[in-house]
Amino acid sequence: MSRYEKDFGTPASTSEQLVTLEIDGFQATVPAGTSVMRAAASIGIEIPKLCATDSLEPFGSCRLCVVQIEGGRGMPASCTTPVNDGMKVVTQNKQLADVRRGIMELYISDHPLDCLTCSANGDCELQDMAGAVGLREVRYNPVETHLNAAKDESNPYFSFDPSKCIVCSRCVRACEETQGTFALTIDGRGFDSKVSPSQNQPFMDSECVSCGACVQACPTATLMEKSVIDNGVPEHAIVTTCAYCGVGCSFRAEMKGEQVIRMVPHKDGKANHGHSCVKGRFAFGYATHKDRITKPMIRASIKDAWQEVSWEEAINHAASELKRIQAKYGKDSIGGITSSRCTNEEVYIMQKLIRAGFGNNNVDTCARVCHSPTGYGLKQTFGESSGTQDFDSVMKADVIMVIGANPTDGHPVFASQMKKRLRQGARLIVVDPREIDLIKKSPHVQADYHLKLRPGTNVALINALAHVIVTEKLMDEAFVNERCDLASFTKWETFIAQEQHSPEATEAITGVPASDVRAAARMYATANNAAIYYGLGVTEHSQGSTTVIGIANLAMATGNLGHDGAGVNPLRGQNNVQGSCDMGSFPHEFPGYRHVSDLETHQLFENAWHAELNSEPGLRIPNMFEAALDSSFMGLYCEGEDIAQSDPDIKHVHAALRAMECVIVQDIFLNETAKFAHVFLPGSSFLEKDGTFTNAERRISPVRRVMSPLAGYQDWEVTQMLSNAMGYPMNYSHPSEIMDEIARLTPSFAGVSYEKIDRLGSVQWPCNDEAPEGTPVMHTEHFLRDNGKGLFMLTEYVATHERTTRMFPLILTTGRILSQYNVGAQTRRTDNVAWHAEDRLEIHPHDAEERGVKTDDWVGIKSRAGETVLRALISERVQPGVVYTTFHFPESGANVITTDNSDWATNCPEYKVTAVQVTKVSHHSEWQQQYHDFSEEQMNLLEQAATHS
Amino acid sequence: MSITVYVPGDSGAIALGANQVAKVLLQEAEQQGLDIQLVRNGSRGMYWLEPLLEVMTDAGRIAYGPVQAGDVKSLIAADFLHGGAHPLKLGVIEELDYFKRQQRLTFARVGLTDPVSLDDYLQHDGFRGLKNALNMSGADIVKQVTDSGLRGRGGAAFPTGIKWNTVLNTASEQKYIICNADEGDSGTFSDRMIMEGDPFVLIEGMIIAGLAVGATQGYIYLRVEYPHAEQALNAAIATAYQAGYLGDNILGSGKRFELEVRLGAGAYVCGEETSLMESLEGKRGLVRFKPPLPAISGLFGKPTVVNNVISLASVPIILDKGGDYYRDFGMGRSRGTLPIQLAGNIKHGGLVESAFGLTLRELLYDFGGGSASGRPIRAVQVGGPLGAFLPESQFDTPLDYEAFAQIWAVLGHGGIVAFDDTVNMAEMARYAMEFCAIESCGKCTPCRIGSTRGMELMSDIISGQNPAKNIPLLRDLCNTLLNGSLCALGGMTPYPVLSALNHFPEDFGLDDQADAAA
Repeated sequence: MSRYEKDFGTPASTSEQLVTLEIDGFQATVPAGTSVMRAAASIGIEIPKLCATDSLEPFGSCRLCVVQIEGGRGMPASCTTPVNDGMKVVTQNKQLADVRRGIMELYISDHPLDCLTCSANGDCELQDMAGAVGLREVRYNPVETHLNAAKDESNPYFSFDPSKCIVCSRCVRACEETQGTFALTIDGRGFDSKVSPSQNQPFMDSECVSCGACVQACPTATLMEKSVIDNGVPEHAIVTTCAYCGVGCSFRAEMKGEQVIRMVPHKDGKANHGHSCVKGRFAFGYATHKDRITKPMIRASIKDAWQEVSWEEAINHAASELKRIQAKYGKDSIGGITSSRCTNEEVYIMQKLIRAGFGNNNVDTCARVCHSPTGYGLKQTFGESSGTQDFDSVMKADVIMVIGANPTDGHPVFASQMKKRLRQGARLIVVDPREIDLIKKSPHVQADYHLKLRPGTNVALINALAHVIVTEKLMDEAFVNERCDLASFTKWETFIAQEQHSPEATEAITGVPASDVRAAARMYATANNAAIYYGLGVTEHSQGSTTVIGIANLAMATGNLGHDGAGVNPLRGQNNVQGSCDMGSFPHEFPGYRHVSDLETHQLFENAWHAELNSEPGLRIPNMFEAALDSSFMGLYCEGEDIAQSDPDIKHVHAALRAMECVIVQDIFLNETAKFAHVFLPGSSFLEKDGTFTNAERRISPVRRVMSPLAGYQDWEVTQMLSNAMGYPMNYSHPSEIMDEIARLTPSFAGVSYEKIDRLGSVQWPCNDEAPEGTPVMHTEHFLRDNGKGLFMLTEYVATHERTTRMFPLILTTGRILSQYNVGAQTRRTDNVAWHAEDRLEIHPHDAEERGVKTDDWVGIKSRAGETVLRALISERVQPGVVYTTFHFPESGANVITTDNSDWATNCPEYKVTAVQVTKVSHHSEWQQQYHDFSEEQMNLLEQAATHS
Repeated sequence: MSITVYVPGDSGAIALGANQVAKVLLQEAEQQGLDIQLVRNGSRGMYWLEPLLEVMTDAGRIAYGPVQAGDVKSLIAADFLHGGAHPLKLGVIEELDYFKRQQRLTFARVGLTDPVSLDDYLQHDGFRGLKNALNMSGADIVKQVTDSGLRGRGGAAFPTGIKWNTVLNTASEQKYIICNADEGDSGTFSDRMIMEGDPFVLIEGMIIAGLAVGATQGYIYLRVEYPHAEQALNAAIATAYQAGYLGDNILGSGKRFELEVRLGAGAYVCGEETSLMESLEGKRGLVRFKPPLPAISGLFGKPTVVNNVISLASVPIILDKGGDYYRDFGMGRSRGTLPIQLAGNIKHGGLVESAFGLTLRELLYDFGGGSASGRPIRAVQVGGPLGAFLPESQFDTPLDYEAFAQIWAVLGHGGIVAFDDTVNMAEMARYAMEFCAIESCGKCTPCRIGSTRGMELMSDIISGQNPAKNIPLLRDLCNTLLNGSLCALGGMTPYPVLSALNHFPEDFGLDDQADAAA
């Protein structure tokens, strides 16, 4: 594929009305509202341009794109002039050429003439345009120039060299329009105009979030990736999908041979429309980090040094150990954990190996600890375990309710789209115990209501919202009558109308003023289109599933389903949470969310897989740990997941891992779990393999191998080898064959194939005969439940067992930050640590004052489960009585404190509510010291493997 | 019975000592027990006579000037309160030749009335236009303005009625009227004079504009350097609200118009209508591209009338006396009157409102009395810092938009700045580039870089460096600015530069015009 994407200069018009005009004697027919520049580009006529690019609204500042229009005066800019029917445009003649050359002469009079040694040589629009307009000489004798302006190298990923700046404002506009951060501006005026991050600060000290939109927009070397400065411009590009969050951005991996030079968000990517965040664009260096382990290793005990072995030996050893354990402890004594980071194909064959090869259903996935309540709650109410909309739907939303999610940190690219809609005037309701950036820290965006509830009281609040809607008769009765199960609705209506659910009654529980709840409920219910977006602040509770159901009830009662601008939208944490769940990675479900006991499905898979399958659900992750401590679960195959850091009550997890006889870890790093492992199978990063990821909007996007797997095999090949060694044959020659099998066996994927994904770029399931090109918005005609009707369910609020007491007077809740990702295994191995090098405990000034704690002080955080130590950050983002931390560093030990409370339906851990006490301390906790010693020991054992080989 | 004495509160008069005159006059009157009533009127526009003191007598308003504080005692001694003879006595103000020869329509009340007195305004035909307008449809008001032939007095001379009609016909829940009072052209002061001297006429014009197009909110974007105008406008607006001319029920009609004054932040380019709107929205004063026209998508994206002070202040008389009355003044397609401002090296600087058609020569010599220095007038710049320089050979050009366009000049906002024969026109050309460089908003490339390069280039030319290379380069640069600039700031800077070069090549070190054209 070509190195660069065609730039039409201005965004496409969405008008359905067509206009025909004549450009240089050629006819062009384009949608009304199209610029003359884009119309010309559409028929292959390139008008010179510098300030225009099709990701940004036209600006009209460079003036290179002037044209002449018959019957019109002067020389209008083609980027800002809309087409008219019958218009006759001339793009090239002597007068235009003179003006363009005159402009270019001015540009070059203030530009260094170092093209040959410039990092943008060959990738510079200014250079291209100087050629296009035929500039041959600069006659000026300039006195004032910017040639000595100092470089700003503060950002680890890109450099800012104002001496090369042509003040086209593309960076400023990208920061505003695309990213919505408004960190850049033009300072000064006239010749003194210059790009200024915040108040003329270095980029790193400014409000810049390093999304890189400015770098991408820059037509010169002014803003340039340091990787390009170091390596030169890339020579080919491959479209693939980001492996970070659930937005699933499409990227062009721009390459030199097998080296990734830069990741550039793909303009045609339907999830991201050419935008990215600091992680996706810049934080790919982990893939070639020195910590990558590229040789298989085995050892008898975790006290032993690792021993590098051949793939054959490692696989055979792993298989023989698993077989040995099954022989000794029974068929059900082994299992596997897969990950939302794996491709669909990897997850699929993993669960196939376990169900058909291991002969049990002991397969679970990390979605257990994040979005399992989404799967449950939405399946029960709507009939399908997924969000209802595509991301673009938000552009039609009039009211947006964000519950327990922090999009600007967790889902930054979608947040940018949401902020764009909010800047257009959509109203915003945020339900969150903490003051997230969307509330009032995002320029030109402000929440109408911030329902700042106490952690753990989601259900009471959702019920109060529903109570207002029901008792104030704000329901969409037509929708309910036509689309929903009426018996369930009537029951729910009676239930929710009870006085105990009123905002006045729940105020004491939630801490949210009743008047705010009423106003927010009215705003949501009376909007033309109202959409709910939610995250782990909803699911990771003892009543996570109940809240999901409550949200579904709200949407059904108000008719906010089945059309653009509305819906229930879980923001998925990891790149393939949706996909890994779709692929049957839960112990009770085959691919496509069909219960293992369902006779027809059971038969289907037995026939397809030529194996006898168990019809009893297998162990969930926490059950595996329990069973390990009971000596009934002794072998684990864990791929791409770091349970020893990410799961709650970590001391319990560590004990369980120590109890197992064979732990097989397949990962790209020696992660925390691998420190307890006996077999290490080196994995491949997303850059090294083929497959697909499914994002939060059910979009199946291609993952493409851009470099060879460092350890020789792609992950699906490793699983296949293990399966064969276990005696269950698999013979896929390419992941596309795995997808073909998935399509054959899963109705909602029936129409999916690699051919189709390549053709369309991506496809949203359900994709089958009914929807051959996929389904952007679900439940448009009927719900996917058996009777086609949406089901209302009762949502009684039950307080969590985790309560504050005199000993544990504060509630700890957790979240994440923009620059780091999940357990941090990837992002900690990149320069993203420049933004976030440690997890901190956010504490309200009142609580800090009471404890004599100041910012940067070390504080001990003690819960019923354990104790850890972090540095304090005094912040009014948290409310009094609530403390908050991120969990990106293993030594932070956030999960030493979290408890074993979990969701009643799915066992999703209650990460978001832990009663703690915070005290000022002078040294690390005992656990941290133990962790440090253990970690050091394990690193030594790893080093010995390296020195032996 | 007290005697009314007028001492202008106009800031031009104040700069010349009017406040001291007023202060001493009041002191002396109190000490001597004279029963006077002091009115701080607007200026009559004869600045060489300011501070110009007037006293109401049975024989009419007798003028004395220029009066300094030290003259007050002698004036009193000469019984000026009854028109007594004094060396500074000028006679009945309306009979002064400079004044008498004018046709004051827009400035009819300026200098005559107490600017902030609603009663005075009403007694002198004020709000008659509004009362008519309240009984008319929007379309009928627009028709009157269209029929009057009024064209934008800010400089672009776009027909006001056509602009209003566009706003009238663009459906929107909210529309705006903006008065562009960011009067920044060198040598112009008519906006300031009318805002200080008759603020009600502007308010009335804006209300009528609002009624015409269906706008309920008006803003006066006033340059921050006009503090006296701000005071006068705010006082008049407060009075108009109290008396029911502004607000949600104009004179009981049920119609609504709100008005407020917003101060600019001191950038010339904010007098350009699109950057003015950016500034009014709270942003950097950056020029917007057109289309969309402000009339369709203007302030906050809503249909907006942006008119100059004089355009709006001319509306009340059109609505009072009819479009045809106004149209009867003027020549060709330049209808009505133009308030001309004479400045620079001129003996009788000031404001002359007259129907279009006067020649420059009449203005410079019959009104202006020739140069202040007594030397020959060599050149005049008409239309502000972006206007062309005209040599003596063009002084017979009539004031008419089309006649000026024919000689590649502009009338602009009606400012005329005279230069005598000591002027170096190459320096003036350099200054034009420098002005552009200082005031450029920095958005478009030709203006942002070209103005600085132009300034440097003119320095080279003035110092005689390589004219064979530099003169053609100057012409190329002017071509780029003229055709490539986003707005008139860069787009019109070539007018003064090229007119200076073409008419005065000798100042550029060239032998004749042929060299200049080479």
